[in-house]
Amino acid sequence: MSVELGLPATAEPGTFVRLGMVRRLVKKPTVIVAVVILAVALFFAVFGRLLAPFDPNYSVLDMINMQPFQSDFILGGDRAGRDILSRLMFATANSLGGAAIAVVVSTLLGVTSGLLAGYYSGTIDAIGAWVSNVIQALPGIIVLIAVYVVAGPSTVVSMTVVGILFAPAYFRLVRNVVIAVRNELYVDAAKVAGLSDARIIGRHVLVVVRAPIIIEMAFVAGFALVIQASLEFIGLGSPENPTWGGMLQDSFNALYISPLAILWPAAAIILTVLAFVLISNAVRDTLGDPRNSAGRKRRAVQVDAQTQVEASDAFLSVSNLSIAYPLSAHETREVVKGVSLEVNRGEVLGLVGESGSGKTQTAFAILGLLPEEAIVASGRIALGGRSLLGLSEKQLNALRGNDIAYVPQEPMTNLDPAFTVGQQFDFAMRKKLKLTKAQTKERAIALLARVNINDPERVHGLYPHQLSGGMAQRVLIAIAVSCDPALLIADEPTTALDVTVQAEVLDLLRDLQRERSMAMILVTHNFGVVADICDRVAVMKDGRVVETGDTRSIIREPQDPYTQLLLASVLDNAPMRAPLDAEKETAS
Amino acid sequence: MTGAHETLLSIRDVVIEYKRSGWRAQPNRVLHSVSLDIREGETVGLVGESGSGKTTLGRGILGLVPIASGTVTYDGRDITHVSRRERRGLAKEIQVVFQDPYSSLNPSLLVSDILSEPLRAAGVAGGEARARVKDLLDRVGLPTDASHRYPSEFSGGQRQRIAIARALALEPRLIVCDEPVSALDLSTQARVLDLLVEIQERTGVALLVISHDLSVVRAVCHRVAVMYHGEIVEQGTTAQVIDDPQHDYTKRLLLAAPVSDPDEQQKRREARRLLNETALAADRESVGA
Amino acid sequence: MFTFLARRIASGLVLIVVVSAIAFTLVYSDGNRIARVILGPTASQESVQQRAEELGLNDPLPVQFARWFGGLLRGDLGNSLSDNRSVIETLSLRIPVTLTLVVFTLIVTVIIAVAIGLFSAYKGGWMDSALRIFGVFGFATPHFIIAIALVAIFALALGVLPATGYVPPGKSVEKWIASLILPVTALAVGTIASASQQIRGAVRDVLRQDYIRTLRSRGIPLPAIYLRHALKNASAPGLTTVALQFIGLLGGAVVIERVFALPGLGTLIIDSALKSDIPVIMGTVLFSVVVVVVVNVVVDLTIAWANPKARNR
Repeated sequence: MSVELGLPATAEPGTFVRLGMVRRLVKKPTVIVAVVILAVALFFAVFGRLLAPFDPNYSVLDMINMQPFQSDFILGGDRAGRDILSRLMFATANSLGGAAIAVVVSTLLGVTSGLLAGYYSGTIDAIGAWVSNVIQALPGIIVLIAVYVVAGPSTVVSMTVVGILFAPAYFRLVRNVVIAVRNELYVDAAKVAGLSDARIIGRHVLVVVRAPIIIEMAFVAGFALVIQASLEFIGLGSPENPTWGGMLQDSFNALYISPLAILWPAAAIILTVLAFVLISNAVRDTLGDPRNSAGRKRRAVQVDAQTQVEASDAFLSVSNLSIAYPLSAHETREVVKGVSLEVNRGEVLGLVGESGSGKTQTAFAILGLLPEEAIVASGRIALGGRSLLGLSEKQLNALRGNDIAYVPQEPMTNLDPAFTVGQQFDFAMRKKLKLTKAQTKERAIALLARVNINDPERVHGLYPHQLSGGMAQRVLIAIAVSCDPALLIADEPTTALDVTVQAEVLDLLRDLQRERSMAMILVTHNFGVVADICDRVAVMKDGRVVETGDTRSIIREPQDPYTQLLLASVLDNAPMRAPLDAEKETAS
Repeated sequence: MTGAHETLLSIRDVVIEYKRSGWRAQPNRVLHSVSLDIREGETVGLVGESGSGKTTLGRGILGLVPIASGTVTYDGRDITHVSRRERRGLAKEIQVVFQDPYSSLNPSLLVSDILSEPLRAAGVAGGEARARVKDLLDRVGLPTDASHRYPSEFSGGQRQRIAIARALALEPRLIVCDEPVSALDLSTQARVLDLLVEIQERTGVALLVISHDLSVVRAVCHRVAVMYHGEIVEQGTTAQVIDDPQHDYTKRLLLAAPVSDPDEQQKRREARRLLNETALAADRESVGA
Repeated sequence: MFTFLARRIASGLVLIVVVSAIAFTLVYSDGNRIARVILGPTASQESVQQRAEELGLNDPLPVQFARWFGGLLRGDLGNSLSDNRSVIETLSLRIPVTLTLVVFTLIVTVIIAVAIGLFSAYKGGWMDSALRIFGVFGFATPHFIIAIALVAIFALALGVLPATGYVPPGKSVEKWIASLILPVTALAVGTIASASQQIRGAVRDVLRQDYIRTLRSRGIPLPAIYLRHALKNASAPGLTTVALQFIGLLGGAVVIERVFALPGLGTLIIDSALKSDIPVIMGTVLFSVVVVVVVNVVVDLTIAWANPKARNR
């Protein structure tokens, strides 16, 4: 829709209303304010006619442009000598009624078509998308003016048109959410469970679109009020009934004589629209990510200077590192609890653990890439004898890339999609190594060849979406080693890859590590990967290192019960299942 | 029942294609003439890498993607192109457990609703369905009070148990398990697989276990089929396929999976390098010729 | 890239034809009414019908539309019913005023909204909260109420800027700028409020992506990450926003021109609506749809530049 300049209320697909949402909503002060404003407006919309002290068209000569609070016309008189308060009260029904028409029309049209288009896709979807594009290309106010020419000043007609103009917003919203939901596995599971289409839409799809629709409805109500007032203000409203926009027009024409008269209708419009926007925002916040609403405070990394740390001659030493996240203003949750690690030059340390063990957090702490809200509660991280905690961003940037490099888990999401492979090499190397553009390119192509990419010159010019997962991971590894780092931190570098590609990438990492005698930390959950490449292993559980040692002894003679449990769970060691017929024989 | 196991599901020459976007575009054939049998009470493993078509085959059996040609016969009945209505009737026979326990359970429904959904769709009355939910939770080792909570309150392994309970609700004779443990932690994987085997031993349900992980298949499957580029390149008993692979791809797959012993793994690595070199040499020869 | 452009332009042309056909059907549905407008309320029913017949207003609508469209291709959109001047000529006098207003507003909006959006995404905290409050109020307050407030303060109370009127740049550049300050401000406040929030949202979405952390791991300084990577990746949603804002501004300008009595398309279409001057209304509708199509093509091209994946579609 193009009438106005809005904040499209797109909640992320997949958000949903929880039972407790209404309860959480009414606790917000902004929601209370909004509800009170709307309740008052609704009250006057229904009872305004009965409560208004005067007839809206009753005019008294003496009251022309009367100032407020000086007569029976409490808010003063307009330029025709009519009571502003009474006219405001009468106008409320008209404004809210118009907004209601727009909301109902747009919701009915948009939601139904969006549900159908999203669920059945194909031709229905194509037609819906086309119609919605046509409507969105219409400049709304101008269409409304054209409609005025044909239909005359009618709130019902103009607000119905506004409803049609807004339907595409719902259509797109609902269609996109439905498509996202339709691809959810739980909808497949429901199909397999024997549910009918109608039941799936009702149970699984509507639940998800409910909240975004509420958000959109509040916005459309606000929009519709503004558009309606605009039309009335430019003189295209219905002349018989008092309207907020019409009152603004009157008072604007008398602006030089009685400037205060403009306040009342302006306040009525602004407050009502504000109430709708507040409700819409509050619903979105309640659904959306909690980071936006509370507790998103920037915290400096706090280093506990009191921690006693023994000096270590290892290349990288992490000692007594603790990392916590704030839960609320007073509570924190520790995710890494006093971790100590050492990695020597040219050595590969495996950091093993299950999800939530704190292994990735430890790795990010070494890189100085913990999220803003993380608190380093205690500990020391030293690289080549130099403490890393407490370094400024600038000092860290001088280290990152040159001394420490990082290979991520998910290759496809870790290359910037907007730049070619070559440009990404450029950003990483040119400044650090003080190279010319030609030198950077030459070096990048050599590196791509080194990581066994066929036709490196072509790949140098490709965009990330043109690469396969295995290729992207090789590119990421090549960029990581491009400035000859002394320490490489690889976070589950092969987890997202196929087994055969995983084997090749592990070979590559091992070869690169040996030929450059890099130190390496390999974060993984896979003991096969550990056995393949690691010299030493640290096993983590619930934020603690439970056992450290060389790979052979940890795998063959684990001391800690948790390590023993993990190794016992490795399926390579589980007995092979016998054929079905043999199984039956032994059972009988 | 006698020792002979009747064939429960028979897949013959199945081809599955996806429409490509664009006018007059040739469809993308992801399965080329695949044949596979599953017997009653049997666990068949379907192994392959991403894009091999193993998940598509599972979805084809479940009726979630249309089958272009070939037949799928269930218990003597051709179910290749059954209507939506008949397919709903098959819910009592064939069920599914998906890979991702986060997206396979609707986050806005209570566990009791998730579990009673298939029962209600099959016409079981409310009271009876509630009683069955308790029983189902018990069978997958979850506490009864789990039914009044949302999926988000459970760990990955527990969610996968909920998904298994949902699959068991209608007492099917075949469950398609698409990567049932690959999203789970190591220690949880073993427990969930144990649960599947235990359920099978108790109920005699047949399982099709789709996995990229040979060690998973090795632990739970009676027979294994290996998929590569939309074809089954090798099938046989688990011991045949894993201990004595015939097809080159199976050999490569086996050698690529790292084992958790450093010395063993080093041997495997060298064997793999050797295999790759011979394959490369063979390639060069064929190109030269 | 060329086929991409050709396809966009072709679909834009189709859109222009479809929308003008719809608008034409709407406003030309009653030929007698148009004849009545020409002849005035006192004319007899017979003479009205006769006139409608003469002008071909009773022909089937497709025939009439074909005639109108043929005229369009020859650069003739008919004459005004009220002053009988050529519609094209009238439009060519009014368009520069409106475009000046809208383009200035858009430039101001983009500069300020990108700055605020980026800064608040970077800074977070109080800046975010302030932006949210500004966004809510900027959205809730219609342009014309801001315009009235600006007139009351800067024209009536302080007397530093003119309350109404337009001075062409040919006459006096200073007065031209002075006559634009208030209207542009009135239009820009709400636009900035919503655009800056959306840009902030788009930038934050990009900053949450994995590759941002990976870029940081290579020692690329934060300012470079914001200005190069976040901005380029956020530009697709950002530009879509700008396109919608532009279309919205066309509508906003209608009302704002009324407040400041600017001789643009807005005042033209309002006057024509009150006079039922249908050829002029059709001309204005056509022009605004053409603008919308052009803006969308330009935005699509820019998105294709910023997002390599979009190029292949």
